[in-house]
Amino acid sequence: MSQDTKKAPTTTGHVWDDDLQELTNPLPRWWLYGFYITFAFAVIYWMFYPAWPIGSTYTKGIPGLNSVTYTATTVDGSEVQKTTHWNMRSKLMVEMNELHAAQKQWFDKVASMPYEAVSKDADLMQFVNSAGKTLFSDNCAPCHQSGAQGKIGFAPNLTDDYWQYGGTYEKIHETIVGGRRGYMPPFKEVVSEEEIAQVANYVLSMSGEPNDESAAKAGQALFHSDKAGCYICHGPDAKGRIELGSANLTDKIWLWANVPAEKDAAAKLKLVEGVISGGLARGVMPVWSTRLKPDQIKLLTVYVHDSLGGGK
Amino acid sequence: MQSAGEKIHIYHKHIPIVTRSVKGGFRNFKTAVLILAYSVYFLLPWLPWARNSAADQAIMFDLESRRFFIFDLIVYPQDIFWLAMLLFIAAALLFFVTGLLGRAWCGFFCFQTLWSDLFIMIEHWIQGERPARIRLQKQPWNVEKVLKIGSSHALMMLVSFWTAVTFATYFTYAPEFVQHFFSGTAASGGYLTVVILSVTTYLAGGVVREQICTLACPYARFQGVMYEADTLAVSYDARRGEGDKGRALPSAGLKTREERQAAGHGDCIDCGFCVQVCPTGIDIRNGLQYQCISCGLCIDACNNIMDSVGYPRGLIRYDSEQNLNSEKPHEPRLEWKRLKVIGYAAALIVMSSMLFYNIGTRSDTEVNVQQVRQPLFIMLSDGSFRNRYQIHIVNKTEHDEVYKLSVRDIPESALDMGSLPELNVHAGKALSVNAKVNLSSELAESTHEFHFVITPSEQNAEPVVVEAHFNSQR
Repeated sequence: MSQDTKKAPTTTGHVWDDDLQELTNPLPRWWLYGFYITFAFAVIYWMFYPAWPIGSTYTKGIPGLNSVTYTATTVDGSEVQKTTHWNMRSKLMVEMNELHAAQKQWFDKVASMPYEAVSKDADLMQFVNSAGKTLFSDNCAPCHQSGAQGKIGFAPNLTDDYWQYGGTYEKIHETIVGGRRGYMPPFKEVVSEEEIAQVANYVLSMSGEPNDESAAKAGQALFHSDKAGCYICHGPDAKGRIELGSANLTDKIWLWANVPAEKDAAAKLKLVEGVISGGLARGVMPVWSTRLKPDQIKLLTVYVHDSLGGGK
Repeated sequence: MQSAGEKIHIYHKHIPIVTRSVKGGFRNFKTAVLILAYSVYFLLPWLPWARNSAADQAIMFDLESRRFFIFDLIVYPQDIFWLAMLLFIAAALLFFVTGLLGRAWCGFFCFQTLWSDLFIMIEHWIQGERPARIRLQKQPWNVEKVLKIGSSHALMMLVSFWTAVTFATYFTYAPEFVQHFFSGTAASGGYLTVVILSVTTYLAGGVVREQICTLACPYARFQGVMYEADTLAVSYDARRGEGDKGRALPSAGLKTREERQAAGHGDCIDCGFCVQVCPTGIDIRNGLQYQCISCGLCIDACNNIMDSVGYPRGLIRYDSEQNLNSEKPHEPRLEWKRLKVIGYAAALIVMSSMLFYNIGTRSDTEVNVQQVRQPLFIMLSDGSFRNRYQIHIVNKTEHDEVYKLSVRDIPESALDMGSLPELNVHAGKALSVNAKVNLSSELAESTHEFHFVITPSEQNAEPVVVEAHFNSQR
């Protein structure tokens, strides 16, 4: 008596194993129509989107029906408008352009303000932290490592409080724009091996590392003598000179010889001797003014100074 | 078995269900629920509520600012676990009610039921009672049929459209949205929402109707698992209705109960009203079926008939399978002293208390401290150690707030905030700042943990204390 008139289920008529039959229950009509709609959907899809591969090319939809227009920068730096059929690469360009446009107001704000004013603006510093991290990861991290912790013997740690070339905004900016070239001459041709050991002992003594006291005393004399002439670059107080980028030898921070990593006093001495004997020519930071835009360099300067460890 | 020559149909034609209207207690309850639910749904977005940092709307799920405004409660993305708890509570409530009363949700509260019910009312209002509607369906297309069917569907579409617009107003400032919508200046997402919801509401309530429940709805399927023998469900008392020789029309000699019982017939006079009023088109006398949404309309229909022939009510009634089959049936009653029901109730109570406790004790300031782990610690030139932290402050109040950051368990001078003078966080916004902590090598060795204290400048506001670790050894 149901409103839905019921019939016995129909089968294909085939019977296996006495009673095994196959039902031929009809599909609901909405399901069948849904199936037909997918046909229409596919045809419409082909009109709008790249679809069928044909040899080495493919169908691109009906021209002009679903195109993407974006601004691209050519090799010579000029901007051109490009219009193509719909494709993911062009969509990516459109989205990248939108993101750059959205970021521009922040970059402009940082570029227009003095360093100190930027560092006092908590909202702006949030942008500096995130955009700076991205710029740093893309450009600086290969040498200075992803956390800016540097690598002893390769690139300095930017999170500590020691800055060879100065940690003020102006000095950091100068370093990024123009790059740096550190140099220490090899001393094995000027002084004897014994004298190198003496100077090395003196260097270790200044940082509170284990050393031979009498050798260190002789080393101190050599350090300040014109024969070795260490004081000329490292200064009479051995604290380094910012204008040369010479290292401060009195602190706990090591740039070239990984002294803290060695437990054994002899090994520590050997490392320092190696630096004095062979000199250094690896302390090279490239010029970034040709690769980064001025507003990016300014933002990176604030990032290195305030988010990492500059200033002090 | 298929007879030769009969065509195999590849599709199954849907037989439209034309329901008869009915009066009675369950119908009144359904109508009351419908009026209440629609009043809340359609009017709530228009309720004003004074706010400082957002539009003056009592309920607004503001996706753009990532805040949900529910009267005086503002929900932030960080509170997402409330949603999980809410969903759990909703599930437990559904299980509890279903275990006790069967598919009460389906019959009285589900929006598919509500909108279908309203659309059937529209059809009834324009096209007339069931026989008139069936006649209309069978007659060829003429002016009357086009006008009647066209106008009822136009009205359904209008209701669907306003349903969709109302849904959209929950996500944006309602007066502004409606104005923008009709002047063609609303966001494209708004138009998309309205179009999709209008179409789906009209199709689900006006065309597909009970097939949503029988073919598409997963809840309808798994609620069956919650039924027990003691669960109350809409049932036909077959023993009373059928007697020994089955139901019979009240023909001459079978008019009174005594005559019928003497002849071996039951109380069911086979009038078919219970089938005609059923929104899913089933015959409840065939027993409990998966299509039954337990709306109780067949109970109303049968009671009306029983009244008119002078038999006692309750031939179709809410009763349990166990009671119907027992030797001495008692009055139908709620059997709640069952493990499942009590378990569902316990889960419901525990989770609801947890949710309310959580909402009640939420702080206006949320602080998250993350230690910078690369590098984990830094040795400074004088041999002291530096750790760095990223501090994320969420201001959950409706006014801008200035926070003071300090440390506990280590000297105040150890904290270095750079050049930031104060931490001003805008209403409903978050701020991330960097903090450095420098400790001398002796202090660093003995310090493994310390606390950040974030004090809102607002009077009487509780400071938030967050534990942080200090590392100085590899």
